[in-house]
Amino acid sequence: MSSILSAEHITVEFGGLVAVNDVSFDIPEKGIVSLIGPNGAGKTTFFNILTGLYKPTSGHVMYDGQEITALVPHKIAAAGVARTFQNIRLFGSMTAEENVMVAMHSHLKASLATTILGLPSQRREEKAAHEEARSLLEFVGIGKTATEFARNLSYGDQRRLEVARALALRPKVLLLDEPTAGMNPQESAVFVDFVHRIRDEKGISILLIEHDMAVVMKVSERITVLDRGEKIAEGTPAEIKSNPRVIEAYLGKGVGAGH
Amino acid sequence: MAISILKRKNKKQKQSASARSWAISMTLIALGIWAFFTYLFDKTPDAVQSWFQVWLPPSTINESLVWVICALGLNIVVGYAGLLDLGFVAFWAFGGYAAGWFMSGFFNQVNIHFGSMSAKTIPGIHLSFWLVMIIAALIAGFFGIIIGAPTLRLKSDYLALVTLGFGEIIPQVFTNGENIGGFNLSNGTKGISPVDAIGIFGKRLGPFDLGWKFLIYFFLAACMVFVSLRIRGGRLGRAWLAIREDELAASMMGVPLMRTKLTAYAVGAFSGGIGGAVYATHVNGIFAERFNFSISIILLAMVVLGGMGNVWGVIIGALLMAWINATGLPAIGDTFNNTFHTSINFPSYNFLLFGGILVLMMLFKRDGLLPEARIKMISHENDDETSNTGGH
Repeated sequence: MSSILSAEHITVEFGGLVAVNDVSFDIPEKGIVSLIGPNGAGKTTFFNILTGLYKPTSGHVMYDGQEITALVPHKIAAAGVARTFQNIRLFGSMTAEENVMVAMHSHLKASLATTILGLPSQRREEKAAHEEARSLLEFVGIGKTATEFARNLSYGDQRRLEVARALALRPKVLLLDEPTAGMNPQESAVFVDFVHRIRDEKGISILLIEHDMAVVMKVSERITVLDRGEKIAEGTPAEIKSNPRVIEAYLGKGVGAGH
Repeated sequence: MAISILKRKNKKQKQSASARSWAISMTLIALGIWAFFTYLFDKTPDAVQSWFQVWLPPSTINESLVWVICALGLNIVVGYAGLLDLGFVAFWAFGGYAAGWFMSGFFNQVNIHFGSMSAKTIPGIHLSFWLVMIIAALIAGFFGIIIGAPTLRLKSDYLALVTLGFGEIIPQVFTNGENIGGFNLSNGTKGISPVDAIGIFGKRLGPFDLGWKFLIYFFLAACMVFVSLRIRGGRLGRAWLAIREDELAASMMGVPLMRTKLTAYAVGAFSGGIGGAVYATHVNGIFAERFNFSISIILLAMVVLGGMGNVWGVIIGALLMAWINATGLPAIGDTFNNTFHTSINFPSYNFLLFGGILVLMMLFKRDGLLPEARIKMISHENDDETSNTGGH
C-alpha cells in the first residue's frame, strides 16, 4: 500500500532540547494508524510538524507525492491534511453550521466584491456550502444542532463538530488528537465504529493520537510508539501488545510482561 | 430532521426580517428628520426652534452620521476580525486630506476641473465629490495595506501599540507637512479651507444646505450598513469571525491569516477614507489639529458601547456618543450651570466621561448596549458552562 502522508527522519529541537529525534513514519492510503506513547513522548509535537505549525530542525514531510515541510499551515490544510485538537478549539460564538463552513474557506471562490454585490454565482456557492455543511453535520450525527452556537453544544457533540469541521476541508488525511478524551467506555466504543465509517465512506486515511488502549487496539491497523522523542516500536496491535520495549516505556523497567 | 430544518428556516427568516425592519425603521426616521428640518422647522414656534438649536441642531445630526460611517468601518476591524486598532484616525486624516487636495484651490499651480460645480476659472484641482470620495477611500485603503502588512503579524496588545503609533505619526506628518523639500503637502497647521461644495442634481450644497447633506450622509451610512451585513454573511465574514474566535484553529482550517486580516484592515481603512472625505465636506475644510488620538478612542468607545460586531448596536453607540460629544455635554453643562449658578466647563470633561463609560461597560456590560445576538445568547445562557470548552 502506498503512503499518503509520510514523515522522513524528522528531528525537532527546541533550543537544545530534542523533542523528536529522527522519527520516520507513514500513513498508508485509506489506512487507520495510531501514534501512542507516554506523556511527553513528542506525539503532539509530531502532529504539529505534520500540520505545519512547527518546522522540523531536519527531515521532510511528504504528502501525496509532494514535499510540504516548508508550507504554512493554512496551505497544508487546504491541500487536504485536516486535524482536530486535543482540547477542543471550536469557534464558540459561531453556529455549528458556520463552524463547518469556515473550513470550506479554501474551496469557496467568493471574493469581497461578489459577496457585496450578491452575484448569482456567489449565492449558488453559498447555498451549496450550506447544504454540504448540513450533510456533514448529519454524517457525524449532530444534524439537529446546525443553528446552535458551538459553545452551547454538549462535550460529545463538540468533539463530533470538530470532526465535521475537519471533514469540510475535504481532506485525504485526518489527524485526530486524543479524540476520545473525556468519553466514557460506551461512547468510545461508538467512536471506534465512527472512525471506521469515516475511512470507509469518505475514503480518508486516519492518524490518531490516543491514550485509551482499548480504542487504540480496536481501531488501528498499525501502531507507532514514541518514547522520549524516539520511535521505539512499530507494528500491528498484536505485535505492539507483546513488545517488551513498549511495555517498559509504559510501565517502567523490571515489570514483567502481561499488560 | 424535518423539524430542525423548519426551525432553522424560521430562525433565518426571523434574522433577515429583523435586519429588514431595522433598515426600514432607520430609513423612516431619517426621512422624518429630513422632512422636519427641511419643511416644518421654520414654521414651528420660536421656543421649539431654540430648543432644537440647543439640544439637537441639524449640524450635530450630520456630524453624527459621519461618526457612524467611521464607526462601522472600525467595527469591521475590531468587531468582526477582533484586531484592536487604536490608530483609526490615520485613515480619517488620509480621507480628509484627499478631499483637501482634490476638491479645493489648494494646488493652485494647476487648474483641473472634473465634475465639480465650482467656477472653471478658480485654480486648483476640483473633482466631483463622488469621485473624490472614491479616491480618498482608495488612498486610505492603500495606506491601510502598507501599515497593516508589517503590523498585522503582531498579536493583540502589540498590534494595538503599533497602530497607536501610526495613528500619531500620520497626523503629525500632516501637521508638519507645510514644507517637505519645498513641497507643501498639507498647509501645516493652517489647514486647507474651504473645500468645494458637494454638487448633486445640478445643485451646489453650501455650508447651510444641511438637509441635502443629511440625505447624502445618510445614504453613505446606509451603504456601509449594507456592505457590513453582506460581508458578514459571506465567506470572508465567517473567516474574520473565526480569526476573532481562535486564530490558530482558523489557520488549521485553511484560512490564510495574513491575507484575511489584511482585508479586514483594508476594508476598515477604506471606510475611514470615505468618512474623512465626508467629514471634510461637513466642516468645509481640513484642519490638522482635529486629527488627534481622541478620535481613535471615541470611535473605539462607540464600537464597544454599541456592541462589538453588531452593526445596529454600533450605529446606536455612534449616534449617542457623537451627540454627547458635540451637543449633549455642552447643553447639559449650560443647563446645570444656569440652574445652580456654577461655572463648570462640562465639555472639557468629555474624556473623563468616555473613559468612565468604557470602564463601566467593561465591568458591567461587556457585550455592549445592543450585543450581536449570538454573543448575547451565549453570555446569558452559558455563564458558568466554560468547563465545556476547556481542555482536560
